[in-house]
Amino acid sequence: MKRFLAAALMTLAFLLSACNMVAPTQNGEEGMAMDGESGMDMSGGSMAADAIEAQATENGLFIVSAVSQLDPVVINETHSWVIHIETADENPVISADISIEGGMPAHNHGFPTAPRVTENLGDGDYLLEGMRFNMGGVWVLTLEISSGGQTDSVTFEFELK
Amino acid sequence: MLALVALAIIAALIAGGLGVAGPIDAAFRDLMGLPERANGRGLFTGALSAHSWTEAERGLIASLSIDRLPPLPPDPSNAFGDDPAAVALGQALFFDSGLSPDGSVSCATCHQPERYFTDGKRLANVRGADTPRHTPTIVGIAYSDWFYWDGRKDSQWAQALAPQEAPVEHGGSRTAHARYVLGAYRSQYEALFGTAPDVSDENRFPAHAAPMDDEAARAAWDGMTASDRQTINRVFANIGKSIAAYSRRIMPGRSRFDDYAAAALVNDQARMAELFTEEEAAGLRLFFGDGQCTDCHNGPQLTNGTFHNIGLPLPEGSNFDQGRSLGTLQVVDDIFNCLGDYSDADEEECVELRFIKLEGEELVGAFKVPGLRNVAETAPYMHNGIFPDLDAVIRHYNHAPPAFPGHSDLVPLAFSEEQSAALIAFLLTLNAPPNAPPELLQPPQGEE
Repeated sequence: MKRFLAAALMTLAFLLSACNMVAPTQNGEEGMAMDGESGMDMSGGSMAADAIEAQATENGLFIVSAVSQLDPVVINETHSWVIHIETADENPVISADISIEGGMPAHNHGFPTAPRVTENLGDGDYLLEGMRFNMGGVWVLTLEISSGGQTDSVTFEFELK
Repeated sequence: MLALVALAIIAALIAGGLGVAGPIDAAFRDLMGLPERANGRGLFTGALSAHSWTEAERGLIASLSIDRLPPLPPDPSNAFGDDPAAVALGQALFFDSGLSPDGSVSCATCHQPERYFTDGKRLANVRGADTPRHTPTIVGIAYSDWFYWDGRKDSQWAQALAPQEAPVEHGGSRTAHARYVLGAYRSQYEALFGTAPDVSDENRFPAHAAPMDDEAARAAWDGMTASDRQTINRVFANIGKSIAAYSRRIMPGRSRFDDYAAAALVNDQARMAELFTEEEAAGLRLFFGDGQCTDCHNGPQLTNGTFHNIGLPLPEGSNFDQGRSLGTLQVVDDIFNCLGDYSDADEEECVELRFIKLEGEELVGAFKVPGLRNVAETAPYMHNGIFPDLDAVIRHYNHAPPAFPGHSDLVPLAFSEEQSAALIAFLLTLNAPPNAPPELLQPPQGEE
């Protein structure tokens, strides 16, 4: 039994390590701005990417992506992101209301700040100000998007190492 | 079956090498009956392994180094913050007990240079009476976004004003202090801030007037014209800006840990072994490893600058301290905040205040994470000074009782005595004299 557990555990470890290796490539194929390897200099609370891969909202109404204005994203610096929203058929959503939630589910706390969308930049881009991370680990960012009488939400999950 | 296990071991090695599967690695060793790694429970496994770090670990260590501390950015709310004349005036004011009605209290009463600008007391104590909180250091504090344990001020200059009017601290008032400074320091004030207003008319500028709890002082303040109140507020703000210009010059110095981090960055194990004992290295490993201390004590000052509830015990006879959940409301209402009339910042520069978190259970009973540089020299500990020494602090983290009210961000460390001692040994390596010209670490010489 012990051996079986160990084997199962190690298979899991293998899968995890594999995920870690291929993730940047996948993002690259999506044409997102990516940093190279985060490298030693950026350890201690930074995100390997400055962009978050496009993701569909829960009910498929919108496609949402995000690019940080702070590159690389590091802990303990308040900064802005640009959120880009398109419809499922890839037309920019030009007048959305966006509300923000998020934090670290594993730590049972939210963002240390109260980020909010402060400006509609046009062409489906929105300025999200007041983003801040205060520790390394897995963070989530949930955007509730309302446009044209319809509401849908999307949750991004990412890790700062 | 054997083949599967072999595959699993290879997988484990890959995962371990990538540094993504620490817990899995530990579980694997446990299951297979292998001894634990040096970064697990067995602390001392030989001189080499004590200073043997993965690339990711070396990056983490470097992220805590003072070499990563950026040059101090200007405080946009204080146009005089980097003016040498303001530093000189601020230093004089910092040490001047004339800024108290009985001439007995200055900033340096509690922020004593020889004690890393703390006072060594459980709670700040002035004229034999305790204040509600423990005196924090001001070394390196200029990098903070929030001031006081609850962050009820958003700049060093706004912070410097509040104790002057607190009855249990300086016990003064803004009219009294404006009159005093415009008298005793008139030429220095005018060189910085322009022609001083004439506040000699006691009918217009009562001797003791301020918007504070003291009824007489408040009545006197309310009796002043709006324009005269602004005149006094302006002088009072300038006093704070001068004191901040001085106190922001008091920087943390280079500690033995920082030399170790530099050696770790280039993986010079011989140098590392010269700088740290095995116990200190083991403590460092626990600090960012099993201890998870770097969740909050991260970056070159070993603080994330935000607020957490860690379920501290209440001192006997004291009431629950709301901490950040009250501090947020106070800083938003403060006329001396970054967005106020007396700030020199443009609205868009007041990023922290504009995006302040006002709601959330995690604010209840939360206090600012203190930096850990010189932690061994600045006992007692915590906002309420509840722990007399580092042993008591680590005991708290080992047990991590739940918070009430609010929720504690801690999980019990349950470290052994050996591990706890190693963690403290590491913390002792963070000592270093403040990095400031020696003449700033004492009252200005040749002046009364």
